[in-house]
Amino acid sequence: MTDKAVSPWRNLWVRFREDRIALAALVVVGIILLLALFAPFIAPQDPYDLSGLSLRDARRPPGWVGSGGYVHWLGTDAQGRDLLSAILYGLGVSIQIGIFAGAVGLVIGTTIGILAAYHRGWFETVLMRIIDLQLSFPPILLALVLVAALGQGKAQLIAALVAAQYAYFARTAFGAASAERSKDYIEAARATPLSNTRIVFRHILPNAMPALIVVATVQVAYAIALESTLSFLGLGLPVTEPSLGMLISNGVKYMMSGRYWISVYPGIALIILIVAINLVGDHVRDILNPRLNR
Amino acid sequence: MSSFLLKRLLQGVVIMAAMSVIVFAGVYAIGNPLDVLIPPEATQDVRERTIARFGLDKSLVEQYFLFISNLLKGDLGLSYIYNEPVLSLIGNRLPATLELVLTAVLGATLIGVPLGIYAGYKPHGFAARAIMAISILGFSVPTFWVGLILILTFAVSLGWLPSGGRGETVEFLGIEWSVLTLNGWSHLVLPAINLALFKLAIMVRLARAGTREVMLSDTVKFARAAGLSEMTILSRHVLKLISIPIVTVFGLELASTLAFAVVTETIFSWPGVGKLIIDSIKNLDRPVMVAYLILTAGLFVTINLCVDIAYALLDPRLRRGRAE
Repeated sequence: MTDKAVSPWRNLWVRFREDRIALAALVVVGIILLLALFAPFIAPQDPYDLSGLSLRDARRPPGWVGSGGYVHWLGTDAQGRDLLSAILYGLGVSIQIGIFAGAVGLVIGTTIGILAAYHRGWFETVLMRIIDLQLSFPPILLALVLVAALGQGKAQLIAALVAAQYAYFARTAFGAASAERSKDYIEAARATPLSNTRIVFRHILPNAMPALIVVATVQVAYAIALESTLSFLGLGLPVTEPSLGMLISNGVKYMMSGRYWISVYPGIALIILIVAINLVGDHVRDILNPRLNR
Repeated sequence: MSSFLLKRLLQGVVIMAAMSVIVFAGVYAIGNPLDVLIPPEATQDVRERTIARFGLDKSLVEQYFLFISNLLKGDLGLSYIYNEPVLSLIGNRLPATLELVLTAVLGATLIGVPLGIYAGYKPHGFAARAIMAISILGFSVPTFWVGLILILTFAVSLGWLPSGGRGETVEFLGIEWSVLTLNGWSHLVLPAINLALFKLAIMVRLARAGTREVMLSDTVKFARAAGLSEMTILSRHVLKLISIPIVTVFGLELASTLAFAVVTETIFSWPGVGKLIIDSIKNLDRPVMVAYLILTAGLFVTINLCVDIAYALLDPRLRRGRAE
């Protein structure tokens, strides 16, 4: 050990690398992100281009050579769409929504949590009461009702997901920030002419960040799962841009007749994505849990 | 204890009042119910009579107070779609949902807690790692997809179990139950497993985290020093010490499972409340939505209250108010 202070982020990374499963999960997340990002270049077919589809290729099993002259490795769906291509594009849609919802929830929730912790008094009591009340209500129900109220569309869906999830960020930010707020150095900083904004951004926020990152990873995974559930129930995105949940939902009616691939493969992609994100988040949480560090 | 109870009860009433306002205003912002209620070719006269019959000509505040005064009389209004009292509509379907939810949560607890304690007792063993891997899977995999795979495997491919419906029911206490017939069980088992998996994962994680912390505590060291067997330590002391978060989560999960049943019931065509609420959201059947949400909120408040009472019984520190 050197005398030089190791930055907490570097320390986190060094300890993260120790667990091989978590490291593998991180690699998987990275690969999936790249696949989704470069889907237009990798996918054998543009699934949104209806003129490229042929009904003769509809509901063909994996390995079928279609009229396009290439192999449909994962089969085709009811419109004759190549499933591999649809999954690659669908991954992008699902990830976009998950990250957007997670990021907006992070910003809104953190703002509320830190404001409540910093200002204390009745402001804190009222805000945190509302947050606790909301946390006791299942997010899926909230999202269901909001999607019904706001109508279908990407922005509406993200708004519903944020409303269902921001409370988790607020709770975490509040916990971390009020622990920091009661420390002496913050009292000392408040006695100097430093502005409140500066104290919050330079001192409180950086200390609350690690905990928030953990919640953010888990919430992104949860947003992706919630979105696919809503799409599955027919209350998610419009059909023009099928997310993974929509792809699965489209295949359900063919499942009973044994054409399993239309639902199963998008589902496997969805699960790999969610499990990988959760494994990463889980391990970071273990590292950051002071009670297990002995 | 009684002042503690009274305070909690009062809190519950305030929360319910707030929830009723939020739900009412929220649901009434959704769509235009006239499109559902009145066919486009209806005459002006019919339109006006329908609007008056459902009280839609009154202001939102008036409608709210009318709703509340009817609610206190036990009348939750008429469904726009079924033209039936909402309360009997929900009441008829509630037993199906309840038996599904109870089976799932009880099963998840009875299986999950021992597995979690074991995983926390030997956290680095192979079995513990396998348990945790499965629990992460149960936590991550969306309920609806597990449901589809269960149907695909056990109903379509193997043909062992039916893919939907409630099967034979037997009347007991004036209510139809599936749990009392063998055929009913064959219909219940897949949706119950589907609904239980997520809860099972939570129970495993909770029990494991609690056990890991408790195993390092002085209580366990002293118990070992006193020569108690490991089995006794786990079942007498560890189980007791980790029971508080488990009871909390059991209660809260019971309520949230009721909400999650929406998905499972849709997949397995289980004729419960969940399917009703999905249909009512799609059809803009406001009275059913309002009633369902307020009943669910009421259930949450009641369960939270029960959890608080259970807390007080389990943890003597929280019972101090009694001595005063």
